[in-house]
Amino acid sequence: MPSLDDLKKRIKSVKSTQKITKAMKMVAAAKLRKAQENAEKGRPYSQKMQNIILNLTKSINDPQNAPKLLVGTGKDNVYLCVVLTADRGLCGGFNSNICKLAKTNFKKALGEGKDLKIITVGTKGLDQIRREYGKYVIKKFSFKNKKQITFNEAEIIGNEIINLFKQNQFDKCILFYNNFKNVITQIPQAQQIIPAENNLSKEKDDSQTSYEFEPEEDEILEDLLPKNISTQIFKAFLENAASEQGSRMTAMDNATRNAGELVDKLTINYNRSRQASITKELIEIISGAESL
Amino acid sequence: MSENFTVEIISPDKSILKSEATEVTIPSYEGEMGILKDHIPLITFLRPGMIVIKKDSEEKKFFIEDGTVEFSKNNLLILTSTAKSLDHLDKNYIDKIIEISQEKINKEEVSDKEKYLLSYKIDTLREINK
Repeated sequence: MPSLDDLKKRIKSVKSTQKITKAMKMVAAAKLRKAQENAEKGRPYSQKMQNIILNLTKSINDPQNAPKLLVGTGKDNVYLCVVLTADRGLCGGFNSNICKLAKTNFKKALGEGKDLKIITVGTKGLDQIRREYGKYVIKKFSFKNKKQITFNEAEIIGNEIINLFKQNQFDKCILFYNNFKNVITQIPQAQQIIPAENNLSKEKDDSQTSYEFEPEEDEILEDLLPKNISTQIFKAFLENAASEQGSRMTAMDNATRNAGELVDKLTINYNRSRQASITKELIEIISGAESL
Repeated sequence: MSENFTVEIISPDKSILKSEATEVTIPSYEGEMGILKDHIPLITFLRPGMIVIKKDSEEKKFFIEDGTVEFSKNNLLILTSTAKSLDHLDKNYIDKIIEISQEKINKEEVSDKEKYLLSYKIDTLREINK
């Protein structure tokens, strides 16, 4: 049984922790609104970009000569996995969820005898992945000192990926990030960016319009595909940023509530032991008086 | 009124403009291009230059460095990461960009394509600053 003093100290410490989590929650809530806005503003660009590429892909008649970024190298041996995580912790399962998904994919790829290369963005993901898959990590990025991630950062990573692709370092590139659905739900996602997935192209064949291209299709594609990769990465960044804040907000909300419950429990304990000691003293006094 | 079509300029982090227009001039890669209503579907990309959006007697101008354009079903979509409205451009700032570009163009390792793009950038910016 802890002494009254100990209990008092514990209650005090839990209360101050609660204050911290509460403050973090409010900060996350404020940041979330901004991040969410950004994510929503960024969506049209990447969507429209995807659309244009889809339209372009439809009008390519000769898949043999199509740019490799679109159709792939024809092989399926080396996987490049880009794992996007946060630079800060204390955001619930946010980082772990991405890493979990990434790790299952790594395992599967390795099990099938594929070669693996990993690029991590954000320090938290690196810490988790390094333990098991450290030797596969070829590059690590961190934008910890940047307050807001802009298109430039996405371009840096995009260019890196394209460079590696041009050197035939990998055949397939997969992006791991959290998709922001709402404040409580973030869905970890694996998106293949090279070769570009075009699973939609078969459905909408009726609405096909023939476009006039200037310059030629291939030239446009060659210019557009690298841009599209940066765009997709940027979109993943935005979604990730919103998810991180949302996840942190819920985590901190839970923590605050838990701290509240703990304080209640400790207070009851404290009162009980105080009562017990009073009763004990009374008994001692009474029995002392009786024995006289 | 029926002469209007919609123009959208979208950058990665926000939607810059969405409005009606009667005529839009874009600096396409192979030359300036005017777009009116019922233009045939078109996909092209842009070199540095000015986008001029005309609606009746109003005129809006944007300076851009690159971008992609899609026109279909009377909807003009301009995807660019560098669109800047002329109202927000500062003269000193423009001078600085011209200087930097000027330096770049004189270097030997710059490819012809880049030189071509840079020269357009400088010309447009000089035009603006006049």
